[in-house]
Amino acid sequence: MTLEFLVASAIGILVAGGIYLALRGRTFQVVLGLTLFSYAVNLFLFAAGRLTLDRPPIWSKTVTEYADPLPQALVLTAIVITFGMTAFIVVLALRSFLETGSDQVDGDDAPCTLDEQAKADATPEPHT
Amino acid sequence: MSLTAHLAIAPVVIPALAAPIALLVMRRKRRLGIAISLLSCAAMLVAALVLLNASADGTIRTYELGNWPAPFGIVLVVDRLSAIMLTLAATVSLIALGHAVITQADRKGWHFHPLFQFQMLGLNGAFLTGDLFNLFVFFEVLLIASYGLMLHGQGPARLKAGVQYVVVNIVGSSLFLIALGLLYALTGTLNMADMGLRVAEIGPDDQGLLRVAALLLVSVFALKAAVVPLHLWLPRTYAVTTPAVAALFAIMTKVGVYSIIRVVPQIFGDDAGAAAWAPAPYLLPAAMLTAIVGFAGVFVARDLSEQAAYAVIGSTGTLLIAVAGWQTDTLTAAIYYLVHSTLAGAALFLVADVVARRRASFADSASAGPVFGQRELAGLLFMAAAIAATGLPPLSGFIGKLLILESVVDVPGWGDAWGWAWGAILATTLIGVIGFARTGSAIFWKSVQPADGALSTTDSKALSKVVSKADMAAPTITIALLAAWSIGAGPATAYATAAASQILDTASAVRAVLGEP
Repeated sequence: MTLEFLVASAIGILVAGGIYLALRGRTFQVVLGLTLFSYAVNLFLFAAGRLTLDRPPIWSKTVTEYADPLPQALVLTAIVITFGMTAFIVVLALRSFLETGSDQVDGDDAPCTLDEQAKADATPEPHT
Repeated sequence: MSLTAHLAIAPVVIPALAAPIALLVMRRKRRLGIAISLLSCAAMLVAALVLLNASADGTIRTYELGNWPAPFGIVLVVDRLSAIMLTLAATVSLIALGHAVITQADRKGWHFHPLFQFQMLGLNGAFLTGDLFNLFVFFEVLLIASYGLMLHGQGPARLKAGVQYVVVNIVGSSLFLIALGLLYALTGTLNMADMGLRVAEIGPDDQGLLRVAALLLVSVFALKAAVVPLHLWLPRTYAVTTPAVAALFAIMTKVGVYSIIRVVPQIFGDDAGAAAWAPAPYLLPAAMLTAIVGFAGVFVARDLSEQAAYAVIGSTGTLLIAVAGWQTDTLTAAIYYLVHSTLAGAALFLVADVVARRRASFADSASAGPVFGQRELAGLLFMAAAIAATGLPPLSGFIGKLLILESVVDVPGWGDAWGWAWGAILATTLIGVIGFARTGSAIFWKSVQPADGALSTTDSKALSKVVSKADMAAPTITIALLAAWSIGAGPATAYATAAASQILDTASAVRAVLGEP
């Protein structure tokens, strides 16, 4: 179990979970999926600077092997942006739910509470 | 540094200053806020025109932010193409903002003007930057402002479309970051000019990754440009957006096209190994499909704003057919048509608004309704906008399409593909003409006089109200600009040719950004 394997599989699992949830029909799951996906992207960006151990930061001219500071700066920017975007979409999804009465991403009128969902599942489809 | 050297950053600084000031004064002095917003757009236009004039001599101006030397710091690059895009963005913004003020669409929320300025900040930044990560940041700036603008006025339809729009763009941004991470891991730089040099040195083991990164990056730009099959978000979003905002959004899809034109020759040019022109084989079929789907949408659209949204998709497709050739003359045609199609898209949305404001609850739906005030004038405007969007003479769409058809004939490596391109462009033009004729005749020629009492009182009151002609100013100006673009086609194509050869001469950009080797 190398460090690379751990990080790579973590990214892979996060992406898989994120894509699965992002393809769901209801906004809350989609938001969770997007969050997982963005975690994976942040980890990936961080790994783009190579996974190194015990390297110093750039502070002395005598050091030749140092940790790459740029991916960390990129990840920081990406985290801030995704954080803002996630906050925005949570509020937007909530407003949309309150205004349209549906929490489906495609806006269809589907059951939105668990009780109604259960009721809808219990009632058989009417035959036409 | 002299003052003129600092001009390169003016299109970013002006809206960045105007937005917070407008935000502060808006509550107390609404008129002052509007004036600041309009002045800022005018100032951007002046700055862009000065840059356009200065870039005419072929020098590539660079502006090092914080005076950090090029591959390490962020650099802004002004060449002919970015100057054209800046001028276009400022022009469209002035028209859209003017229309919003005249129709009082900006009064539906407090933050219209600050958001509009932030949108311009993102657009101008994306056109100027020479750094790939900075491009991502400016994309996010323009996106978050566009979320606000798109939801301006609110209502269930906007919120519903807004959720989809935001989700699609968040996924797009994540893919953008993955592509950036791959490219940084492979080349160790984010500066576009520097990256163009370093991709040539990548070893054979990493060629596959490079290709993945190239295709992923271009896919993200294609998503922003609404290229089929990544177009599904656009019609719903643009059709429900406030028309003045949608007119501004006409340039947002062009940001994607601009990024493709900027990035592919610079980074994935001849030296890029496995990624050399990697997106090129996929671009032509996708572009033809986009044109077909777009104009098929024009054909079946149920209302004018939906039709305008599909026309934007179709014009992007036509535009990308030319871009996919990657020759000086195809890019010339593409740049000429890009300016035209942005203005034509904006004109369509503005005309849709003019019609919707006069038809009460019939709005801009493509069905016969009662006779409304100034129907002849509105019909004339719609006809002009439709002529522009489909590319019939005398407006500039005709010249643009002619240039594209002429230039794609002898693209090396295409073989018989040019026949398909001709077929796609000509067939979609015909479909577009029929589509616009259908909606136009339904709205402006047919009329259904409902029986007494069948019309609701609010409707009959609204229909008989005399509407001022002031809201026709913005579409008229846009169409006048299209006519001017047609009359000035000679100098315009000369400038576009120069811009296209500058884009393909990547060595000159490298010299300008990184200094003499």
